[in-house]
Amino acid sequence: MAKVKETVGAQIIEVLSKVIPSGIPISDGTRIARDLGLDSVAIMDFVMELEECFDILIPLDQIADVETVRDLTRAVEILVKDAA
Amino acid sequence: MSIFDKFEDIRNILADLSQDGQNPLEVRFDEIRSPVEGTVDGKRVLLFGTSNYLGLTFDADCIEAGVQMLRECGTGTTGSRIANGTYTGHALLEKQLAKFYGKRHAMVFSTGYQANLGLISALAGREDHLFIDADSHASIYDACRLSSAEIIRFRHNDANDLARRISRLKGKPGSRIIVTEGIYSMLGDTAPLKEIAAVKRETGAYLIVDEAHSMGVLGAHGRGQCEAAGVEADVDFVVGTFSKSLGAMGGFAVSDLEGFNLLRVTARPYMFTASLPPSIVATVSAALKRIQHDPSLGARVRANGQRLYHGLEKAGFALGPQPNPVVAVKMPDRDTAVTFWKYLLAEGVYLNLALPPATPGSLALLRSSVNAQHSDEQIDFAIAAICRVGRRMGVIPAARFNQTVKQAEKLALPAE
Repeated sequence: MAKVKETVGAQIIEVLSKVIPSGIPISDGTRIARDLGLDSVAIMDFVMELEECFDILIPLDQIADVETVRDLTRAVEILVKDAA
Repeated sequence: MSIFDKFEDIRNILADLSQDGQNPLEVRFDEIRSPVEGTVDGKRVLLFGTSNYLGLTFDADCIEAGVQMLRECGTGTTGSRIANGTYTGHALLEKQLAKFYGKRHAMVFSTGYQANLGLISALAGREDHLFIDADSHASIYDACRLSSAEIIRFRHNDANDLARRISRLKGKPGSRIIVTEGIYSMLGDTAPLKEIAAVKRETGAYLIVDEAHSMGVLGAHGRGQCEAAGVEADVDFVVGTFSKSLGAMGGFAVSDLEGFNLLRVTARPYMFTASLPPSIVATVSAALKRIQHDPSLGARVRANGQRLYHGLEKAGFALGPQPNPVVAVKMPDRDTAVTFWKYLLAEGVYLNLALPPATPGSLALLRSSVNAQHSDEQIDFAIAAICRVGRRMGVIPAARFNQTVKQAEKLALPAE
C-alpha cells in the first residue's frame, strides 16, 4: 500500500510540475492553490490531466475539500481503487 | 483582521485596474442612446460589448407593449408564482416559447442564470452524473454546485473526450446528463452538437443545451445552434435567456419530456424568487414575435459578426476560432489587455475586458459583440480603432494595416 501511495503521489507531482512555472518545489504538504498560485480553472484543468493519467473520473465536488498534494493523493488513491 | 482579508489578491487586482483612468469593471454610462451608442464621461461611444444581439432594446413595439402592461398590471408581482400566482402574461409567454421551439413544455425563470441553476440542480439528483463542457458559463458551474450529483468536466467541444469520460462510469447507476452551450460567450465558438448528440444517443444520456448567446442569432428561424446543427429532436432541454437577443431580463427552459412541469415545485431558484414583472414579460413576448416574423434580424447580426471578425483577422489579430457575433481578440497578457481596453474607450469604442479565471486557457481577451443594428460604417470604425491601438501597442505589425481599415479610419464619430 505504501508503494501505491508513493506511486500515485509521484505521478501527481509529475503532472503538477508541468502546469506550474519550473523551479517551484512541490512536496506532499504543498497547498495546490495557495502555494502554487493556480486559479480555480487552472486547478480544474490540472484535475482533468490527472483523470487521463489514472484513467479515472475525479468529480469536482470531491476536490472541493482538497487543499494539499497529500489530500489529493488520498482522494485519487480511493478513486483508482474504486475504478479497478 | 477583517472578514474581507481573503479577498486581498482581488483587492490588489482591482487597484491595478483602477490605475491610469477608467476601471473596466466599473464603467458607468451617463446615457444609453440606442442599441449601438452610449455616453461615458460625456463622450459618445459605440457599444460593442452588450450582447444585445438583435438590438431590440429600443424596439418601438417592445417598448409600447411594456408600457401598456406597466399601466395595466403595475410594477411587479412582488413574489413567486407559487405564492403570488401566475399572471396571464407568464402563461402566454410560456405557450409562445413552447410553440417557437416546437416543444410541449416551457418554463419562465426570473433570470437566465436562475434558469440554469433551477433546471440543472433539480434534474441532477444524488446518484446522477453531470458532464459539463470545461468552458461552461459560471451559471452552469454554480448549478452543479447546487445539485447533489457528481460533476465531471469534459474537454471543451470534444465529443470523443465526452464519450471517453462517460464510458469510465462503467455500470454505475444514475442518469448521465450532458450540458453544453450553443455559442460560447468568451471565444464565440459553437458547440459540435451533431457529434455531442450522437454521444448522447449512444450512451442513453440526457442533453441540455444553453442557447443564451445563440437564440435569435443562429438557425434559419432563430432557434439557435440546435436548429443550425439539425439536432433539435435529440436535445432534451433547451435553456436560454431573455437578456440578450430579446433585450430584457429573464430566462427559460423548454422540453418535450413528460414530467417537466414537476420542475415548478422542485427547482428552488424558480420557487423561491419573485416572478418576472408583467411589463418585462410583455417586452419579451413582443421581441420573440419580432424574431418569429423577421428572420432578417438573425441574418444581419451574423453578417455583422463576419464583417468584424474578418476585418480584425485581416489586420493580423489572434481571434477566437469561428466568426460569430461574439468576436474575441486574444491579447498577449493581462496588462496589455487592460491598457488596450482603456485606449479603445478613449477612441470611442466600448467592448468587454475578459480576464482569467473567467476565460478559457487563462487568456486575456477583448471580447466584442455585434448586433443587428450596427451599420457597416460603425463596424469599420471599430475595426479601425482596434487596429490603431493594436499598432500603437505593437500587438499587430504596421505592415498588416489594410486599405479598408485606412478608409474606415477617416470616418469620425461626432463628439459632443
